[in-house]
Amino acid sequence: MAAFAPARRRKPFHWTRILIYAILILFCIWYLVPVYILVVASLKSQAEALQMATMWNLPKILGVRSFIIAWNGSTTPPETLGLSQGFMNSLRIAIPATIISTFIGSINGYVLSKWKFRGADFIFTLMLFGMFIPYQSILIPLVVAYQTFTSWTGIPMFSQIHGVIVAHIIYGIPICTLIFRNYYSQLPTEMVEAARIDGANFFSIYRQILLPLSQPAFVVVLIWQFTSAWNDFLFGITLANTPSVYPVTVSLNNIAGSFHVPYNVQMAAALITALPPLLVYVLLGRYFIRGLMAGSLKG
Amino acid sequence: MSSPSAALDVAASVVPRKRWLSKQNWERIVSILILLPSIIALAIFVYGFISWTGFVSLTAWNTTRPDFTFVGLANYATLFVGGGIDMIRFHYDIRNLIGFTFFFLVSCILIGFLLATLLDRKIRGEGIFRSIFLFPMAISFIVTGVAWRWILTPGDPTTGAIGINLLLENIGLGALQSRWFTDPFVYHIAADSGLGQFLTSVGLGGLANKSVGYAAAITSLVIAAAWQMSGYTMALYLAGIRSIPDDLREAARVDGASEWQVYRHIIIPLLSPVTLTVVIILAHISLKIFDLVVSMTGGQSGGFATDMPAVNMWETTFDGTHFAQGASIAMILLLLVGTLIIPYLVWQTRQEER
Repeated sequence: MAAFAPARRRKPFHWTRILIYAILILFCIWYLVPVYILVVASLKSQAEALQMATMWNLPKILGVRSFIIAWNGSTTPPETLGLSQGFMNSLRIAIPATIISTFIGSINGYVLSKWKFRGADFIFTLMLFGMFIPYQSILIPLVVAYQTFTSWTGIPMFSQIHGVIVAHIIYGIPICTLIFRNYYSQLPTEMVEAARIDGANFFSIYRQILLPLSQPAFVVVLIWQFTSAWNDFLFGITLANTPSVYPVTVSLNNIAGSFHVPYNVQMAAALITALPPLLVYVLLGRYFIRGLMAGSLKG
Repeated sequence: MSSPSAALDVAASVVPRKRWLSKQNWERIVSILILLPSIIALAIFVYGFISWTGFVSLTAWNTTRPDFTFVGLANYATLFVGGGIDMIRFHYDIRNLIGFTFFFLVSCILIGFLLATLLDRKIRGEGIFRSIFLFPMAISFIVTGVAWRWILTPGDPTTGAIGINLLLENIGLGALQSRWFTDPFVYHIAADSGLGQFLTSVGLGGLANKSVGYAAAITSLVIAAAWQMSGYTMALYLAGIRSIPDDLREAARVDGASEWQVYRHIIIPLLSPVTLTVVIILAHISLKIFDLVVSMTGGQSGGFATDMPAVNMWETTFDGTHFAQGASIAMILLLLVGTLIIPYLVWQTRQEER
């Protein structure tokens, strides 16, 4: 390959160039195979879906019945629980959890970047550890704490939507704080100093100077938190173990885990579950990728 | 000492300084108060809860009724020695975790690096390629698991070949058909084989065991996980490559270095911090792998062929109500992740200070 590098510059369509595109397209196919099979399978009728020999073929007749069954469920055999309840639950979980943890992250990031106290970096590092831990190591106390809280206050927490929201908020604090802190650190501190000399206080600096500049960071964090809350499975299956509060990932796993559910319905359910984050990705991909990069810590 | 001018000096320096200090102090207190709820929440929900899990792992709470009788390391001992089903399962978990982590890392790094270097060559439609490589990161591991489980369903005599197997059959590569995630086969040294007998004779009989090997079903998990995460690896590498100044490469080329040498001596060495980041991020995801295994193979692979510590912990704790036993698995998992992440956090903090 090396020897051809100079030639490449002279003749832009040298065969190495074609090879590069061929490899890239080959990988595109690999990445798109699951999408293809999800779409193709979910658009098939029950009868056609049962013909395994043609599972890779395009549907002969397009139908959306599998989506309707996946959404509403089916009371006639094969009986299926629908995805609609889980979908709505996930919205009820992800939206408030996202908004609240984003706000907390923003104000924390402000303090940790513009009001650094002694030991602030150490505290920040301790906070960050919380985003890497395996949540298995806190699940038992979390469940016990919820039950204890309920026995003290009478407020139910376990198997409640708000119980799942609280978990998402608290364990979302580290990543939200991280993104905002890194973002605010890039804004010149002189701006804050100047405002302070002009008599601005802690809150007015945040409201009048940082907030108006924070829009990109807000988009990144909102997207990131929404996607992680939507895609979460572990908190859902542990804290929301009643069908009426299942998030969509748990509903999908139940639908797909049941052997009676025809696979075209399973695939339709998977597509519906993937839809909101995919929509976010298509519309705001740039911001999504920034959040992704922040997850590796480098702002 | 008490001359008028000195008194003035003191007054001049004290009065504004006192006012300045008090405002400063007040705002400092406010700023810490604002941060305090998060600090307290994380102190309790992360550090407090971890300690509590550690405590539970040392107790006899292995039924639905909490029992905090101290039993020392008994729950850990059950996982490592004694020959019970818990021990065998945990040994298989570790075997699977090592095999999965190794192949998952290798495939993500190879694919990610390859795609990043190719995309860096002034590709037309780079944005489209990037979007396609990265979109799996947006969706849930559960969706990934459901899709790949269907693709990798091997089929049986009544259905004929399904999924990938069907595709392989149709293109004449039937020899590559496999039982994928349903394969119970474990590559290992058989105790009754020549090598196994030799190992036993030199006191290494423990190596000729199913818990030292590679379960074939793990490959399916690797395929699905690499499908989801290799685009992310590509993005990290691409960002790294793009941050290398062009002059550096140009200079090397002017000096007569071949493309290969430019990569070998300039780009790859300069990317080593990226590789370290990639390894740590992917490895910690791999250690925690849970959703994908549940949705892809939940209960279907015989002989714990795709079981993982995180899955074992959940089932032991919440299905089996062996809370102390589950806590001990959780603590081991935390220890593994911690040994990886804590040095990384320290490294990152130091780098930032520089």
